[in-house]
Amino acid sequence: MSDGPVAQSGGGVIDAPGAPVLDVDPGIKTASSPKIAPWEERFTSYDVEAFEVPRGREEQWRFTPLRRLHGLHDGSAAADGEVAVSVHSGFGDSATEDLGGVRVEHVERGDSRLGDGGIPADRVAAQAWSSFPTATVVTVNEARSDDEPLTVTVEGPGVGKTAYVHLQVRLEHHAEAVVVLDHRGSGTVAANTELVVADGAKLEIVEVHDWADDAVYVGAQHLSVGRDATIRHTSITLGGDLVRLSPVVNYRAPGGDVELDGLYFADGGQHFEQRLLVDHSVPNCRSNVMYKGALQGADGDKAAHTVWIGDVLIRKEAEATETYELNRNLLLTDNARADSVPNLEIETGEIVSAGHASATGRFDDEQLFYLMARGIPEEQARRLVVRGFFGEVINKVRVPALRDRLEAAVEAELEAVGS
Amino acid sequence: MSTLEIRDLHVEVETESGPKEILRGVDLTVNSNETHAIMGPNGSGKSTLAYSIAGHPKYTVTRGEVLLDGENVLEMAVDERARAGLFLAMQYPVEVPGVSMSNFLRSAATATRGEAPKVRHWVKEVKTAMTDLEIDPSFAERSVNEGFSGGEKKRHEVLQLALLKPKFAVLDETDSGLDVDALRVVSKGVNDYKAQSDVGVLLITHYTRILRYIAPDRVHVFVNGRVAESGGPELAEELEANGYERFTTAKEEQPA
Ligand SMILES: Nc1ncnc2c1ncn2[C@@H]1O[C@H](COP(=O)(O)OP(=O)(O)O)[C@@H](O)[C@H]1O
Ligand SMILES: [Mg+2]
Repeated sequence: MSDGPVAQSGGGVIDAPGAPVLDVDPGIKTASSPKIAPWEERFTSYDVEAFEVPRGREEQWRFTPLRRLHGLHDGSAAADGEVAVSVHSGFGDSATEDLGGVRVEHVERGDSRLGDGGIPADRVAAQAWSSFPTATVVTVNEARSDDEPLTVTVEGPGVGKTAYVHLQVRLEHHAEAVVVLDHRGSGTVAANTELVVADGAKLEIVEVHDWADDAVYVGAQHLSVGRDATIRHTSITLGGDLVRLSPVVNYRAPGGDVELDGLYFADGGQHFEQRLLVDHSVPNCRSNVMYKGALQGADGDKAAHTVWIGDVLIRKEAEATETYELNRNLLLTDNARADSVPNLEIETGEIVSAGHASATGRFDDEQLFYLMARGIPEEQARRLVVRGFFGEVINKVRVPALRDRLEAAVEAELEAVGS
Repeated sequence: MSTLEIRDLHVEVETESGPKEILRGVDLTVNSNETHAIMGPNGSGKSTLAYSIAGHPKYTVTRGEVLLDGENVLEMAVDERARAGLFLAMQYPVEVPGVSMSNFLRSAATATRGEAPKVRHWVKEVKTAMTDLEIDPSFAERSVNEGFSGGEKKRHEVLQLALLKPKFAVLDETDSGLDVDALRVVSKGVNDYKAQSDVGVLLITHYTRILRYIAPDRVHVFVNGRVAESGGPELAEELEANGYERFTTAKEEQPA
């Protein structure tokens, strides 16, 4: 244990109600700095062969241990397994197969709706697009109540097997739904997940990656936000050998409101990577990003490694944007490495506010001291602090049974290291 | 009857240019039902004394003892000291994001009392204590000290004093940054606990102002890491009139 944060990668806030931004934090990129490529300037294609095979030096891939992808990136991973996708109403013990007005379809490649969310921007996503057997489309065209979450379970193909997945969750105009996307099991999986939220609709989705130790999952999440639509996307990564998630937010019209929350807890040897792009391409949209990670690699084990890239682009035409992004990492042991790269690029001064912060640190001794000075034993004090650290993410999850499960999972992780 | 004895306490901290001695032989004995004021200029080591008693890891004791009823406190972990009956109201209470005040208080009470308080009694007890300190009930659901004003933090320190019921309380500048109303409320909280218990109090302060509300039995002038002079309440009056000059000058005359 040592004091305070050990790494601090700048932070800053710009508040500019109506006024041009003059004073820009050095950590916030202005036009003269290297650019975050706007979405349409990024190379995108449904065709895997249109992408070069990554070698590991590319910006997109430089953090990812390609050898552990079992060939997802170079075309050598033949689809020899299948992923089971099932949809229920309710979550956990209360789940039923009666879906009410929700429509679940299994469609072929070429269905006109596929791609409404976005287009693959890396080779693995394109591979998944080229290789999935059928796509699952879940359509909601009603306002469902909070206590009736939809649960979509994705079960891996099994040890040593590879499968490709395509999933689309569609909310029609003014529809509302809480959705749990529950990933589990073994094997190697590449996936595209489209979240298509029409005008005035509200999607609250919790994507859980609770894979078995052998599993490799590389997924692209395409979030398409209609006029005055709301998405709250919570991304939870607890298990797997390697999990790499690339959510992209595309605002289709003004008034979109997106929250991206995340929680990851990496043990020794695990590689958890999150690459976010929020592309403010239209006026009057809001985004708020809060990802929190904990890492604990035991001595003598391979290091726990997490990567968080948060690209937020405010384009010239995206006036009155309001955005904030935060990534915090807690290093519970020495044998851990957290890379955290927030990038905020602003091409217009006519914004409401924009800010970012990133901090990676060891356990805060002052907090521990304060709790212990009130008689609370060290182990319990640590658990309180870690639970508190993740509480901001977990408490926002509106499915009580899932909240309980996540809390229990965090406890179990903490027990596992036994400190 | 309990006794807190500090004997020849020497403490240093690690600085960039090596260890630096801050406490240079503190001697002090506080008994139950006594209130001792420790007064000294900024930087004289008052907080260092407070933290050392509580066991903050930043401070290294190089010589001396702290005994609680003859037991060596310095050998105890931070949480053990608290469970043995020591309490420190901090000058700068720490924010613990994500941990609610109510969860924190209950965890602390469970630890210091050795068993979880009965829910019904506990809720009432907390409510009463909060009302006495004029703390809005909504604070119970807020994260510990997070975004609290200076005054709100100090009220919550005294709230913890009232609920954890220590044998000895070290109050480190609990008065600083309080307006008159807050000072009155906080002082009343301390006095109420004194009245209903045998607590011994070590009241650390820079100003005499709080001594008008909380009457000390003994006053110690703390300069340059040790007690320079001790006396009755009249010593505080002298400090009120003349400040610390007499003591700080005297220090300079003696070669260290
Ligand atoms: N962690 C530390 N590192 C370096 N110097 C310290 C540290 N803590 C305290 N000091 C120094 O020790 C002296 C006493 O500090 P403190 O105990 O806070 O005094 P007081 O509470 O009387 O104002 C000061 O000169 C302060 O700068
Ligand atoms: Mg002080």
